[in-house]
Amino acid sequence: MMNSLRAANAGAVEARALTVVRGDRTVLHDLGFTVEPGRITGLLGPSGCGKSTLMRAVVGTQANVSGTLDVLGRPAGHPSLRARVGYVTQAPSVYTDLTVRQNLDYFAAVLRPGRNHRAAREEAVTRAIGDVDLTRRADALAGTLSGGQLSRVSLAVALLGTPELLVLDEPTVGLDPVLRRDLWNLFHSLAADRGTTILVSSHVMDEAERCHRLLLMREGEILADDTPDALRTRTGSATVEEAFLRLVDEAATAGATAPRATTDEATPAGQETPR
Amino acid sequence: MSTDTPVLSPARALATAGRVLRQLRHDPRTVALLLIVPVLMITLLRYVFDSDPATFDAIGASLLGIFPLITMFLVTSIATLRERTSGTLERLLALPLGKGDLIAGYALAFGAVAVAQSLLATAMSVWVLGLDVVGSPWLLLLVALLDALLGTALGLFVSAFAASEFQAVQFMPAVIFPQLLLCGLFTPRDRMHPVLETLSDVLPMSYAVDGMNQVLAHTDVTADFHRDVLVVAGCALLVLCLGAATLRRRTT
Repeated sequence: MMNSLRAANAGAVEARALTVVRGDRTVLHDLGFTVEPGRITGLLGPSGCGKSTLMRAVVGTQANVSGTLDVLGRPAGHPSLRARVGYVTQAPSVYTDLTVRQNLDYFAAVLRPGRNHRAAREEAVTRAIGDVDLTRRADALAGTLSGGQLSRVSLAVALLGTPELLVLDEPTVGLDPVLRRDLWNLFHSLAADRGTTILVSSHVMDEAERCHRLLLMREGEILADDTPDALRTRTGSATVEEAFLRLVDEAATAGATAPRATTDEATPAGQETPR
Repeated sequence: MSTDTPVLSPARALATAGRVLRQLRHDPRTVALLLIVPVLMITLLRYVFDSDPATFDAIGASLLGIFPLITMFLVTSIATLRERTSGTLERLLALPLGKGDLIAGYALAFGAVAVAQSLLATAMSVWVLGLDVVGSPWLLLLVALLDALLGTALGLFVSAFAASEFQAVQFMPAVIFPQLLLCGLFTPRDRMHPVLETLSDVLPMSYAVDGMNQVLAHTDVTADFHRDVLVVAGCALLVLCLGAATLRRRTT
């Protein structure tokens, strides 16, 4: 009953005691965190630490999830969230035997079916193709595109419905530095102009500097939940990468005996916005 | 999940059918094979039984029912396996698309292909090769369409148990060949070992073939024909529902 009251001001994603079991392995252990609305939250950690599983839980495609996981004020996976959450998987999930535009046309028709929305759909498709800078390749068969272009088609699909929450699983893998910069600029303008909440994973630490807030993960647990600046200051490190390594070492020495403390309390009250 | 909305959205189903057909259009070789191979096979059969037109009639009519079943089984099992492995299925099920929309979309698209395929093969058989049909060729087409839907349904269902294209293709002999042997094509079903005869009574292809033979031999729509059509349609619907159950929004 508190849910509806809380929903208005609460985080875009709220997790408490979130645990995910895959087969006989517990992939996520008792996680608790909040993703702030309208900001870019980076999910960082080595591959295999549970980033993708966490993202799948948030979009509601992961089975065997226990604990509380609320997304935009509803339980994750709620049918009403399907049009409000955009999700880009690590591997580009588009039809390689359709053109870029045909792919987007189809997914747009799933989001807003019917003849009445045809004009709105066309507009959304054209805008999404422009957002990922593929206007010149719009009529190329997706199968003939490069890996980086293909993952941008996949991203464009997620941008179609103007989602309130974008969940992006390693969207910049295999992209050149120029494209990576352009995409991060796009993420920032989505957050600033459209108020989109972005949860983005990466195992490249230099991308962490571009997030408003970071969740550092290791072996299914959250090592730190902080702003990049606060992380660096607290650990006395020059980069987020260094801070992460220091936290990993700390956790390894402390981990065997003492239970891990969440770093939430250590967060300074004033949060600066890195751009 | 219990929160799924089971309502069928015709617009989303049509969009899906259009997308599947658009994918096929980018693959003209598959389209050509789908349309031409049955015509070539039925022509081959006609000259294999050059001196025995009665046998050609019986086997030819049966084959007109079997072709759409086999081709749609193969095409659907590979197509849906691709959806599962490429991540597009996961993406679609994370969007507001009902499972029914997806399945209806596939059934519509491949049903349309089956109609084109059967029109060509039936027209060739009846008007060029002299297949002697007593009943209406339109009824042949109806049974062929239902067979195609049954093939689509079986393919969709089986694709859930295949981890790769290799496995999916191997399901063809596993699922289709026993039915082919038992459907009465090679020998009348009542002359089989009693156990096999009973088994053939519960396999849908037996009714598909029997339906074709009913049209071949009778001017009127017989009671047996009604039964055959109902059994094939019922089986297709049942297997489609089983296939829908294999589409999971949440996976491990």
